[in-house]
Amino acid sequence: MYIIVVGGGRLGYYLTKALLSEGHEVLIVEKNATICQNINDELGSVCIRGDGCETATLAEIGTARADMFIAVTGDDEDNLVACQVAKHKFNVPRTTARVRNPQNETIFKKLGIDVTVSSTNLILESIKEEVPTHPLTHLLTIRDKGLEIVEVKIPPDATTIGKPVKELSLPPGSRLALIIPKERKPRVPTSDTILRDGDRVIAVTTPESEEALRAVLRGT
Amino acid sequence: MKVVIMGCGRVGAQLAGLLDTDGHSVTILDTDAYSFRRLPPTFSGTALIGNGLNEEVLKKAGIEEADAFVAVTQGDNRNVMASQIAKHIFNVPKVVCRIYDPLRQELYNTLGLETFSPTTIFAQMLREKLES
Repeated sequence: MYIIVVGGGRLGYYLTKALLSEGHEVLIVEKNATICQNINDELGSVCIRGDGCETATLAEIGTARADMFIAVTGDDEDNLVACQVAKHKFNVPRTTARVRNPQNETIFKKLGIDVTVSSTNLILESIKEEVPTHPLTHLLTIRDKGLEIVEVKIPPDATTIGKPVKELSLPPGSRLALIIPKERKPRVPTSDTILRDGDRVIAVTTPESEEALRAVLRGT
Repeated sequence: MKVVIMGCGRVGAQLAGLLDTDGHSVTILDTDAYSFRRLPPTFSGTALIGNGLNEEVLKKAGIEEADAFVAVTQGDNRNVMASQIAKHIFNVPKVVCRIYDPLRQELYNTLGLETFSPTTIFAQMLREKLES
């Protein structure tokens, strides 16, 4: 695949390195001459100096034949415009923008960006999940179906301990996929499976039902 | 008419003054309070410190009831993003956006944003001056 990366900061650099090692053809567009030079010294000639929002620059680097366009500069507005130019002027099939202000994620979606990645949200999530008492961990998001796979830990004070799964009124769109007990082997829950202290429950749910699912499983 | 202007530079401040004199209700936004020195002493509208890319700030500026939104900060991309928020999220009936880069201006014009490029306009004006 031919992938264009806008922004040669730390994120752009490591992203390019990873994509190159997977055998893709990658080109970075970076405004700053020194950064550009450093990248070229380290990764070979993969960085061109220019403004990734400028039509002329994007035409020069063959954006029209790019399979993917990823904007990861530090400024949300620059990422938005770069992706919009790539999409509307050069018909790139897949545009991805990094979003620093989590509020902008919905705005970007509405304005036609295919994929948004909120670096702030990701970092927040990871740190929050490191807190031992954190009740719910996001394992995977299936964006196009609006689903997520989460893990809920049953704490010692949960009122659901000792109850079978059939007695739980799970919120719409939620399903329990696996129960990992503290000591025994993981098993797929049936309606008679009893919840125990320390069980880790893997469930499929939707972003809207997530809170309700957590409440149902822990009985709070 | 209720107008929200983003960017209190020379153009923004002057436009705010003109519209205010004409009796419109004007709110002008800038991230730097020092920029408001450019507003005429008679300005009777609202000057608000804040970033026009932030939905909360825009709401505070009264974007939900605004009849028009004008983006005239120094950054083309900032203007483009704010104008799209005003148009597509808050459905402001009239949105005008300044874009210095003529190519980008052309693109956003075809995408349905009302844009103008001072670069193009000024170059044409200068040509007319010189050729006449």
